[in-house]
Amino acid sequence: MCLAIPALIKSIDGYMAEVDIDGVTRQISLQLTPEAVVGDYVLLHTGYAINTIDEAEARETLKLLKEISEVS
Amino acid sequence: MKFVDEYRDPELGQKLIKRIHQHSTRPARLMEFCGGHTVSIFKHGIRQLLPDNIEMLSGPGCPVCVTANTDLDKAIALARLPDVIITSFGDMIRVPGSYSSLQQAKAEGCDVRVVYSVQDAVYIARDNSDKSVIFIGIGFETTAPTVAAAILQAEQEKVHNFYILSLHKLCPPIMKAILDMGEVRLDGIICPGHVSAVIGSYPYQFIPDNYNIACVVSGFEPLDILLCVDMLVDQIETEQHKVEIAYRRGVKPEGNQPALRLMKQVFEVSKADWRGIGIVPASGLSLKKEYRQFDAETNFAIDPGPGREASGCLCGSILRGVSTPLDCQLFRNKCTPEQPVGPCMVSSEGSCATYYHYGDIDGG
Amino acid sequence: MEDRILLAHGSGGKLSHDLIEKVFVPVLDNPILNKLDDSAVFELGGQLAFTTDSYVVSPIFFPGGDIGKLAVCGTVNDLSMSGAVPSYLSLSFIIEEGLLIADLEKIVNSAHQAAVEAGVRIVAGDTKVVDRGSADSLFINTSGVGVVPPGLDISGANARPGDIVIVSGTLGDHGIAVLSQREGLKFQVPVPSDCAPLNRMVAEILETSADIHCLRDPTRGGLATALNEFARQSQVGIRLNEVSIPVNRAVQGACELLGFDPLYVANEGKLVAVVSPYDAEKVLTTIRRNQYGHEATIIGEVVNEHPGKVVMKTRFGASRIVDVLVGELLPRIC
Repeated sequence: MCLAIPALIKSIDGYMAEVDIDGVTRQISLQLTPEAVVGDYVLLHTGYAINTIDEAEARETLKLLKEISEVS
Repeated sequence: MKFVDEYRDPELGQKLIKRIHQHSTRPARLMEFCGGHTVSIFKHGIRQLLPDNIEMLSGPGCPVCVTANTDLDKAIALARLPDVIITSFGDMIRVPGSYSSLQQAKAEGCDVRVVYSVQDAVYIARDNSDKSVIFIGIGFETTAPTVAAAILQAEQEKVHNFYILSLHKLCPPIMKAILDMGEVRLDGIICPGHVSAVIGSYPYQFIPDNYNIACVVSGFEPLDILLCVDMLVDQIETEQHKVEIAYRRGVKPEGNQPALRLMKQVFEVSKADWRGIGIVPASGLSLKKEYRQFDAETNFAIDPGPGREASGCLCGSILRGVSTPLDCQLFRNKCTPEQPVGPCMVSSEGSCATYYHYGDIDGG
Repeated sequence: MEDRILLAHGSGGKLSHDLIEKVFVPVLDNPILNKLDDSAVFELGGQLAFTTDSYVVSPIFFPGGDIGKLAVCGTVNDLSMSGAVPSYLSLSFIIEEGLLIADLEKIVNSAHQAAVEAGVRIVAGDTKVVDRGSADSLFINTSGVGVVPPGLDISGANARPGDIVIVSGTLGDHGIAVLSQREGLKFQVPVPSDCAPLNRMVAEILETSADIHCLRDPTRGGLATALNEFARQSQVGIRLNEVSIPVNRAVQGACELLGFDPLYVANEGKLVAVVSPYDAEKVLTTIRRNQYGHEATIIGEVVNEHPGKVVMKTRFGASRIVDVLVGELLPRIC
């Protein structure tokens, strides 16, 4: 049960945040990610951020993907 | 779309597929435990692209599909009470219970509303103080914390007419139950993606430790899944079984601590009834005593009557990974998305619906 | 005049007449309608195409249009898909008591603008008013008639292996525009409904090629449903290329968010054409020249294999079935 998509936090008001999903704006809850700040990407699941996305890890994964596919 | 498109790159995908073909020599039976993975695998045709020695099975990863008939009957009985508004995620509405469905109850005049978020249910309760608003709480550890947060919000905002029918279930216990049943012999497990974003990867350690099975936490885009398969193949070929995370941008080994804390504040572990499997101890969540004023089962007297399973429906053994929809006599004739017999055909993440909608030309 | 619609506005008495004389006729104004006889009388020669549709969209105002514009375009387009030149439309309103008359005026105006653009005339109408709660603000039914030029045979049963499948632009705009209004989604760059009359585009296509086999406007059920209908009616297979399918970025984002597949989301200003391979390039160029077809693309072809089924080659090279839409498009959550 996992439909969650990356969303960019544009502004925060209390525990609610306005996020951008590729040009679509939405109000969501940050109750589960209280440390998230403006500029963070979060995983959005049914109106709640369930985790912040680690951008450094994202880059590492892409790098890894490129490397291991070269080595074949 | 950032963090999505990069993981759909067809060129990288082709290379990764080639690599998997090259270094996978042993037979490998892999099972995923997440409806989102089932859909992604089918949607992108991943099974077709993998070598023949890799077999992909689907486990009980669809929360709608594993909801017991009798629990659905409870939801329908609640819908029929006066002054009740039932709020639910979309997929649950069409699932057939023993005699009816929430959709049928709605057509009969019951107030049943689809919501995108449990928070919407809290707002509906706030705006309809003369009614009781009951949210049908399904979902694994991805969703349970959101419901916990909603309960705390309702408590804080003094919304007293908001209730939960807690049908939440937990992943690691059902994974253990499936392995203990011994019906399927597995070499690797594709661990759920967003459940793990919440619970982390440590809870799966018992799998390599006690069962010698490879474990990798996967994301949902095609490259994520291929990377996961590649890492599983690595573990299988080298016989080094452990828990690894392929979905590193979304999952940390320790998970999301604030979310886990909220979940544990509001819920306690209890037994749960899994469709096709039966009662599994310590595999579900129910509201703690301090939060029982939000519990639908405590606060509403209902008598849904004895449950009844549709005959011929193979959802049970499909959910356990023992059969595929192609083994079911009803698949594609008596059981179709338009006239579903079992939940696996209704839920957009159910195996049967997925095979039906995205299967390749031969239906497989 | 009152500022809200009352039950009396539908009763046929003075208030009804007021409505006709002050809201409908001045805007829709044409000699046939202005007679206000019990039926519209006109001459129309040749083989006729006739269609009817009801519009129950909620909300009645959405980015890029409203129920009035939708009602006219929808019927104009249905007629156009058989190659007919749309001529005359009827417009029937079932109004919920309490609707603001100013809103009704806006809608009648939109219907009129759409009719003018399409070059059709609204010559018959009706108004009923129902109790509050018995209709969702406003329902509209239209019927339309047009002449099919002689020698034309466009039908879902005419697709042949080798034919090329062309779509006139991006998918899912209308469904997302309406749904976003309902779900309270906001867009940085608003996604308007693509609601538009396509009769001129069809006329231009028919001028370019005599080998147009099938035409359909993929409304409810989206492109996937329309193509499945062709595949079944013609007993052919259709093969699509996932990477060719045009979807607006914001629509893609909204679909990901709400759990929809753009292949199944409604369009109200797009057409899908199945044409002979010899004419495909010319037809594509013609569509792209039309103001509503700048993003037209070739998305697939008709094949001998898997008759009755639509199969899509994914960006990874695997193939999967594209089925018809089943039930209502409920958002995928879990």
